[in-house]
Amino acid sequence: MRAHLPILPVLFTLVGALLIPIVALASRRAAGPVAAGAAVAAAIAALAGAAEVAGGGVRRYAVGGWPAPWGIELVLDPLSAFTSAAIACVAAVSLAGAGPGARAAFERTTPRFYALALVVVTGLLGITGSGDLFNVFVFLEIAAIASYALVASGAAPALAAGFRYLVLGTVGASFYLIGVGLLYALTGTLNMGDLAARVPAVAGSPLFAGGVAFIVVGLAIKMALFPLHGWLPDAYTHAPPPVAALLPAVATKAPAYALARTLLYVLRPDELPVATTLAWAGGAAVVVGGLFALRQTDARRLLAYSSVSQMGYIVLGLGLANAPALTGAYLHLLNHAVMKSSLFMAVGALLLSARGPSLAALAEVAPRPLIGACMVVAALSMVGVPPAGGFFSKWYLLQGAIEAGQPVLAAAILLGSLLAAVYMYRLTEAVWLSPAAAAGAARRREAPAVVLAALLVLALATLGVGVANELIVDRLLAPAAAAAAR
Amino acid sequence: MDVASLLPGLALVPAGAAVALIVLSRRRPPLRETWSVLAAVAQTAVVAAMVPRVSEGARLTWEGPALVTGIPLLLRADALGVLFATLASGLWLLTTVYSIGYVRALDEPRQTRYFACFALCLFATVGLALAGNLLTFFAFFEILTVAAYPLVIHKGSEEAFRAGRIYLLYTLTGGTALLGAVVWTAALAGTLEFRAGGILPADAVPAALWGLFGLFVVGCGVKAAIVPLHTWLPLAMIAPTPVSALLHAVAVVKAGVFGMVRVVGFVFGPELLGDMGAASVLTGLALATILLASLAAAAQDNLKRLLAFSTISQLSYIVLGVTLGTQTAFAGSVLHIASHALLKITLFFCAGAIYVTAHVEHVRDMGGIGWRMPWTMGAFAAAAFMLAGMPPGAGFVSKWRLIEGAAQGGAWLAVAVLLAGVVLNVAYFTPVIVRAFAAPASPGTAEAPAALLVPLLLTAAGGLLLGLVPDGLLPVLSLALEVARSVSGP
Repeated sequence: MRAHLPILPVLFTLVGALLIPIVALASRRAAGPVAAGAAVAAAIAALAGAAEVAGGGVRRYAVGGWPAPWGIELVLDPLSAFTSAAIACVAAVSLAGAGPGARAAFERTTPRFYALALVVVTGLLGITGSGDLFNVFVFLEIAAIASYALVASGAAPALAAGFRYLVLGTVGASFYLIGVGLLYALTGTLNMGDLAARVPAVAGSPLFAGGVAFIVVGLAIKMALFPLHGWLPDAYTHAPPPVAALLPAVATKAPAYALARTLLYVLRPDELPVATTLAWAGGAAVVVGGLFALRQTDARRLLAYSSVSQMGYIVLGLGLANAPALTGAYLHLLNHAVMKSSLFMAVGALLLSARGPSLAALAEVAPRPLIGACMVVAALSMVGVPPAGGFFSKWYLLQGAIEAGQPVLAAAILLGSLLAAVYMYRLTEAVWLSPAAAAGAARRREAPAVVLAALLVLALATLGVGVANELIVDRLLAPAAAAAAR
Repeated sequence: MDVASLLPGLALVPAGAAVALIVLSRRRPPLRETWSVLAAVAQTAVVAAMVPRVSEGARLTWEGPALVTGIPLLLRADALGVLFATLASGLWLLTTVYSIGYVRALDEPRQTRYFACFALCLFATVGLALAGNLLTFFAFFEILTVAAYPLVIHKGSEEAFRAGRIYLLYTLTGGTALLGAVVWTAALAGTLEFRAGGILPADAVPAALWGLFGLFVVGCGVKAAIVPLHTWLPLAMIAPTPVSALLHAVAVVKAGVFGMVRVVGFVFGPELLGDMGAASVLTGLALATILLASLAAAAQDNLKRLLAFSTISQLSYIVLGVTLGTQTAFAGSVLHIASHALLKITLFFCAGAIYVTAHVEHVRDMGGIGWRMPWTMGAFAAAAFMLAGMPPGAGFVSKWRLIEGAAQGGAWLAVAVLLAGVVLNVAYFTPVIVRAFAAPASPGTAEAPAALLVPLLLTAAGGLLLGLVPDGLLPVLSLALEVARSVSGP
């Protein structure tokens, strides 16, 4: 069993996705538990994989027994194991708490939601597990096509948002594929290990530069790096609530991982100004995304722009590329997934009884202390107040910026925190404000129990990641960062 | 001398546990309040138990798990930390008793949130008092910022939310600057552990040191309400009076000044700060704050706002003392932390007692109140004069050393401002007292309830005791002298 750890997470979600339509023939209600079960199984397998390579170490897995470069190779190392575990765990909690929202948003087509969601997760886990550039493309598209369908299944404006997402996402994927094609033409291999060995010989070639550029821009579109974030705000604003609790948290993380993997571990384009460009683009995203988030009156759009800002932190860290900055970027991948899932889920729970998604409408809902408290925890993480997890990723990023001699980027990191403080304050204040009308209202349940349970798990995870950050960093991220830092 | 000990870690337990217990027993107010009292007693006991050994020169150290790679959660009870922690714990106990009387008398809503946040504030305050490195300090400093917010907006009115927004904007901006300073310090000094006399290398690039200095001043200065970063404080007076009392005496604003003392004495070191010329910049800021805030206090009619401006001015006495570069002045600063804590909490307790009993908030309505509430107003008058610096009160002990230290350092402008400050103090408190006692007595007395009266009499007595026997109940003077001696090197 241990030998199969690299493939188990992908396998569980894929099998789950295929089972759901069959199960749904018998009972539509069974789709949710099957999906949650598959995601939980994937999460457990991913965590076991992370434990397997903790402290360093690599496990290679040849799918079907066909060795690389002919077969599909999966690679489990500290970075891929960490990212898989982060994506699988957050997806599991998000799907486990999706039930009431999914029934409200999808009604008779609920099984379709669960099946597509598991396909997305399969694709994302495939990206993180893959040891081959072309398979990354395949899994990117598996995740993306299912995502387009999920986004477009919302109310009226969702169709347009989904179409725009599809167009831009396809452009991104095509760019990536062109880049991979150029590199294949140049080196004759798609396997990451082989490619890393052959890159030094071709690093001076303009084709190599072109390949790198196409790959970086393609993945930057996929992860919504400012100024290529155009598809994200609409897509995440109009996606149905259970989709919004899943996609914004995990969908941009796998492309970010792919960018880190290809740039820092495979291509290492030291002569090209890629790293600097990314660092500054990340810094700009942090600030501009935050400024856009400030101006939003729709809670979901506010969170969407916050994602643009938070992805900026990750890219900034990848661009700085020293050990603390990479540690911070990787840790922020997890932190952002946890807090964004929690926030979208909380807003989704409030939408079940609010008259609309605007901050003013949320303020009219009677305060729900438990949901409010979970949102506060996530907000504190976003702002970077210890012991919430977000503080620690920012700490390592700041350390990296100072170490790299980039005080302006350090200032951007701090400014992003302040902007987050303001926009998250606007959101949480709206949730906590008690409207005059509700003052005498009878107490009632805040939200369905599963939703509350999922929110609590995410809030505890936010604090847990903060408290245990040293363990994660020491066992997984430091070896990963050390392998990349030069 | 570092001595490994569990006590500093244990000091965090009562308040931390109380937060959970208070929330869990939210439907049984008597039990809930019992937890608050018990936690305050336990915390005071643990912290006080460290005092004798710390006075003998030991630094009790407890190293917790790593916060980030290479930097542990480090709690170390040195003279400064243990002094601040003991003050905070003891005054928390009295404030808890007072709070119970206050919120019951006014039938305040949201009492569970109130007491839970109160406990969380004290958890953070003790943590930052005992913090042994800058990162630990920062963590508790930020927790304190957040924990005090629900107390500021307790009333839930539009005005309270406005005050809360401004409070958070200021304090989180300060916190962000402080975070920048902490990371930068780690890069420059290679360590974050507080060391008496400073950790920053004197040969660092001056521009870097100045940048760092600016970040630290903004970082701690917001909470310490140094002009022009003070605007949030008078607005935050919308909070219930016991909250203002504790926040002014030992929690939020005191944490800011305490941070200043830590930064000057244990990060920069008075010597480096003096050499680079930054000390005189800070002196100038402190002097300006003392004068401007005292003048502003004289113009206030709302009693709590008057006290707020008085706090702003008194805090800068503490900042002033650590910038003058003499041991005597540094000791005066540390002493003034204690004096101001005891006396200002008394003044706020009195303001709250007057509000609860007579529903009076403005000085103009206080005519004759002294005859109706003789004990309360008596304590108010005594605390006001002691705070101004009249012997034999606590304020005299600390201000005397500040003036003496300033004179030793040849800072004659500071001496002049300190003396003028005494006059201004008297000038803005006298009208209040005169009005309270001048008008004819209205029939009968109506003193505050015992739960309010006893704590305020105790703190007033504490202020007097600190003035008469500075080493009496708690060796405040010797601890202050020890701090001043240690930071100025061998």
